[in-house]
Amino acid sequence: MSGHGDGHIVAHRPFPAAATVELGKPQLRENLRNATHTIRDKRLRLVAERDDWEELRASGARIKDGVLARLPELLDQFTEAATAAGAVVHRAADAEQACAIVTDLVRATGETEVLKVKSMATQEIALNEALTAAGIEPVETDLAELIVQLAGDTPSHILVPAIHYNRAQIRDIFARQMPGVDLSTLTDDPPALAEAARRHLRQKFLTARVAVSGANFAVAETGSLVVVESEGNGRMCLTLPETLISVVGIEKLVPNFQDLAVFLELLPRSSTGERMNPYTTVWSGVTPGDGPQQVHIVLLDNGRSAVRDDPVGRQALRCIRCSACLNVCPVYERVGGHAYGSVYPGPIGAILSPQLTGQAAGANRTLPYASTLCGACFDACPVRINIPELLIHLRQTGPKPAGERAAMRAAAQVMRSPRRYRSALRSLRWAAAPLRWTNRRGRLRRLPWPLSGWTASRDAPLPPGASFRQWWADR
Amino acid sequence: MRIALFLTCVNDAMFPATGQAVVRILERLGHTVEFPAAQTCCGQMHANSGYRDEAVPMVRHFADTFAPYQAIVAPSGSCVAMVRDAYPRLWPAAAPVAARTYELSELLVDVLGVTDLGAYFPHRVTYHPTCHGLRMLRLGDRPQRLLREVEGLELVELPEAEECCGFGGTFAVKNSGVSSAMLADKCAAIGDTGAEYLAAADNSCLLHIGGGLSREGAGSKPVHYAEILANQKGAG
Repeated sequence: MSGHGDGHIVAHRPFPAAATVELGKPQLRENLRNATHTIRDKRLRLVAERDDWEELRASGARIKDGVLARLPELLDQFTEAATAAGAVVHRAADAEQACAIVTDLVRATGETEVLKVKSMATQEIALNEALTAAGIEPVETDLAELIVQLAGDTPSHILVPAIHYNRAQIRDIFARQMPGVDLSTLTDDPPALAEAARRHLRQKFLTARVAVSGANFAVAETGSLVVVESEGNGRMCLTLPETLISVVGIEKLVPNFQDLAVFLELLPRSSTGERMNPYTTVWSGVTPGDGPQQVHIVLLDNGRSAVRDDPVGRQALRCIRCSACLNVCPVYERVGGHAYGSVYPGPIGAILSPQLTGQAAGANRTLPYASTLCGACFDACPVRINIPELLIHLRQTGPKPAGERAAMRAAAQVMRSPRRYRSALRSLRWAAAPLRWTNRRGRLRRLPWPLSGWTASRDAPLPPGASFRQWWADR
Repeated sequence: MRIALFLTCVNDAMFPATGQAVVRILERLGHTVEFPAAQTCCGQMHANSGYRDEAVPMVRHFADTFAPYQAIVAPSGSCVAMVRDAYPRLWPAAAPVAARTYELSELLVDVLGVTDLGAYFPHRVTYHPTCHGLRMLRLGDRPQRLLREVEGLELVELPEAEECCGFGGTFAVKNSGVSSAMLADKCAAIGDTGAEYLAAADNSCLLHIGGGLSREGAGSKPVHYAEILANQKGAG
């Protein structure tokens, strides 16, 4: 039996409680609304350009399912090819092991500062915290990730970590936290903000000797890693330092470059609404005299094998972290990423986090209920992960409140019997009869618990005096 | 044609007028409507809340009750989506009955081939495509095509129509705050249209949106589109 994962994928507060806090921030909601609607409109336009989009989605799903079916074999193939190319391949069962491997590798270089390319895997294992505890300073180089790091905050989105800030707020963060920033030129104009970040990071790129990255894809046939990005900062991290350590989830594998091509079509359109992202970096081990001369790859499990063991849940591992599901989700749009308590927020987070950790971990059992099952996420997913189906699957397998279970069982007893069902309909009308006499509006403003949540913002109608079946019987 | 009406539990208990409207529409077209009295609930609340074992007996009961009929119609995109999409997975023997179950606009447009029902409704109406009808049944613009043929009716577009209203069954109670935030935006969008009526294919979503409109004292009234289609000149 494969073990569950841990790290920054465990929610510590139940979703409804965390969401309530976020709902109280009007500026946050406005920022989220503006950003998600901009990206989703761009995505729709770009996807509409491809009349083979549905076939591409199906290909993406098929390739990933094939990878998951023969994962152990592909992992061995990747390891062999990467090793032959001069990389050192490590395997980490969980977050703790992965952090220990990376920390030891950095220590062995004698450096006390590492550059980081934006990486979900290292966020997942809480690597920054582990490095800091070991006296090593991690410096984020992705612009949005840098904003979040300077603010002492956590990311709120998979692809746009600082989505919850507007540019005036970012200007304030830079002014307060960026060492040596030139306040005379720092306005909230995006080029001015980018210039400040560029000056800050350039020093780091030119002096750093160790970098830590993730990878968007790992090509089994050649042992290559692939990073897809918009800014070029990642490429500096991947090429300038002497030592490069990449932490890669085992589900990132693709068999070969032909299959990779499908995902390079699917990812940019789904994530940023671009035909192609500006920078795609591919490297295979070490090239003598060019680029990092020490290359390490940490293959991370952290619960992925356990997810793979579940025939229904397995499809969640198709995810290529494009975040299209976040940008179309009406729940995410109102509360942002922090409400989900995991580095994987939104619809994919609501299924992936509890699957990776097991539903008993922290408050992760509340995540599969953070959805109306509206299905917008399934339509947007470039690899056709049936997120609503998985949400229901997790609701079924996860723990449930005893009172709710009793009420649902009782209701099911009534609903499966026409006789009991008819008498329940009658009782409902009789119970409502006195209310119909006293309530002339025909609407209730307050219901008792557990329906009080309903009447917090909605009136409830009174059942009518006669049911349809009565009318039918009388005609 | 002999058509069985699957009314759904929410309509039976709370919205008898919708069922009456479906009967009037189909009889006006010359079809025979039957109402199998043994019918109960499709089991969606149980299945979607994670109570699969409790839902399966309801699935079997539905299949038994409606097996004799060649066409089954329900005035609910959500319940029909449950039957057509989830039944074959929950109880494979229910697949043939599930395949003969239609949402009202599918039956009218695709099976019976009509869009003009001779209806009259002299009001400004906007339409909210409820999520399961939109994304699971792919109803497309079938309901709007039916409404456009209604005499006197002015159909106005709802801004961000495809956004969920925030109901989601037990979601509205379990995540009441988020649900209310979604509802507030939906009500505001409806308000912007200046429509007298908000039409939809699901009384459960209309119950939710109507509860919000009523609380805010907004001008639009919720109505199932079947009731609009059933309305005729002189009928009031």
